[in-house]
Amino acid sequence: MRARTSRTLLGALAIVLALLWVFPVYWMVNSSLLPNTTLQSFIPTFVPFGGSLDNFAAALADGEFYASLGMSVSITLIAVFFCLIFAFLAAVAISRFRFRGRKSFIVAVLVVQMLPAEGLFIAQYKMVASVNLLDSVIGVSVIYIAAVVPFTIWMLRGFVAGVPADLEEAAMVDGLSRFGAFMRITFPLLAPGLVASGVYAFLQAWNEFTVALVLLPSESAQTLPLWLRGFVQASATRETDWGQVMAASTLVAVPVIVFFLIVQGRLTSGLVSGAVKG
Amino acid sequence: MTTTVDRRRTNRSPYLLLIPAVGILVIGMGYPLIWQVITSMQEYGLQQQFGKPAPFVFLDNYISLAGNAGLWAVVARSIAFCLLTAVATLAIGLLLALLMSAVGRAPRLILQIALLLAWSMPVVAAMTVWIWLFDRRRGAVNYLLDMIPGVDVNRFNWLESPLTFFIVASVIVIWMSVPFVAFSSYAGLTQVSEEVMEAAQLDGANGRQRFFGIILPMIKPVIAIVFLLQIIWDLRVFTQITMLQDAGSKSGDFDLLGTYIYKLGTKSQDFGMASAVSILVLAITIVLSWFYIRSLLKEDEA
Repeated sequence: MRARTSRTLLGALAIVLALLWVFPVYWMVNSSLLPNTTLQSFIPTFVPFGGSLDNFAAALADGEFYASLGMSVSITLIAVFFCLIFAFLAAVAISRFRFRGRKSFIVAVLVVQMLPAEGLFIAQYKMVASVNLLDSVIGVSVIYIAAVVPFTIWMLRGFVAGVPADLEEAAMVDGLSRFGAFMRITFPLLAPGLVASGVYAFLQAWNEFTVALVLLPSESAQTLPLWLRGFVQASATRETDWGQVMAASTLVAVPVIVFFLIVQGRLTSGLVSGAVKG
Repeated sequence: MTTTVDRRRTNRSPYLLLIPAVGILVIGMGYPLIWQVITSMQEYGLQQQFGKPAPFVFLDNYISLAGNAGLWAVVARSIAFCLLTAVATLAIGLLLALLMSAVGRAPRLILQIALLLAWSMPVVAAMTVWIWLFDRRRGAVNYLLDMIPGVDVNRFNWLESPLTFFIVASVIVIWMSVPFVAFSSYAGLTQVSEEVMEAAQLDGANGRQRFFGIILPMIKPVIAIVFLLQIIWDLRVFTQITMLQDAGSKSGDFDLLGTYIYKLGTKSQDFGMASAVSILVLAITIVLSWFYIRSLLKEDEA
């Protein structure tokens, strides 16, 4: 009897904590749907949803939204595309071959993966400026690919290693070339890995703020995170239209939340699998 | 079979496969890193921006940084912020993981979905929401805290003084990071076998003994890695601090290492000094990362 009561209490505690954690996300969506006159009140409106999409219309009417969206989409697509190709080739190299320098390469990849953007952005700024690529899609994309490739190699390495080389060899015995065996046998089995890695690269490029801030100094070439920041910055000087800011945040966050839910399991296991397996 | 192995050993194809990845890493990371090491040993200020050659000063930048009280204040603040936030994140995450394994299916699922939603929020979007929540006049936080009897935070400006500014920053970072810790620890907890726990129970071990004697030692490796990652990640909070400074004050008292470097580079245009501080940040990160990297390498060998 006592055990059951404490279990119920713990369950209630879990739900309270869940509400606490989800509250900011709820607040973003809730505020985005409320008219500004309601938000101006000193008493917050907790329930229910306002049901008005005016804030979204206003955020979308901001002339810079579509330009920023275009910028974010171009940079993200380029980064994901090249990152996947480069990382895939490297993952095949380290999981299918034993060669001199393999270990050094792996160590280098793992070290680079840990380096914070804050520790390199001044140098990256000078480099990109010296070739006149500030405010360009290419400049940011190159840095993003370099920043995301290491972890993507590490993720894909696990997937490539998971496809037994014997399968490939059997296909080669049956007369396929090494390349043919790889393309017909291994590659299709890697599809889930490529999807997971692609989504990871997407999330990194789409959400990135620090490098974008440094490499895209001009107002006219911003990614979505920079555009969103502009809203908050403006709030220092004038009355903030929080409904509109929250609508803008919701627009930026929704694709991320959807994609994140797809890969989350893979990400956690990739980061700590070494520790779990001991 | 041996012939296959030999052929692989002498094969040039792995090197060809590595060319694109190595190439992009050299351009995007290697070259800036080398430039930074060299520049950190040069006098590289505003005049050099306009073409004046940068004189080589060897370790002068580092020496003048070592005597710079402002930098030490920022370093101390960054380390304190990082450690306190990481410890709190670990403690809360671990408690949530234990809670997940103690409750029934429905509450567990609700908690997991809530954590996933918080985890998936893009950092810039999360920052705008939190700034709105902590808004001085109309924010939900002041409104709710004000309802507690005896607490008067009406129009309290959290971002005005450094202490409350960093408390807010820490709360936000903890909110963002706890889900990862909770899920990783929970994954570790599910690895602890039922039979061992039952055997311990039969042998008369109480709850506390089972936790400290069995559960904790078994999930220790996971916790160590998660804690290490938290420390490393909590050193890189440039986005969070920058956005909070947008809403509050940009004064130097509110800087951590990331924003400090940014201001050295963009405002003072002192690239020599900025590079030297950057090297310091990279060095701290690499030293801290080493244990993590070693554990990942162990996985590669397995």
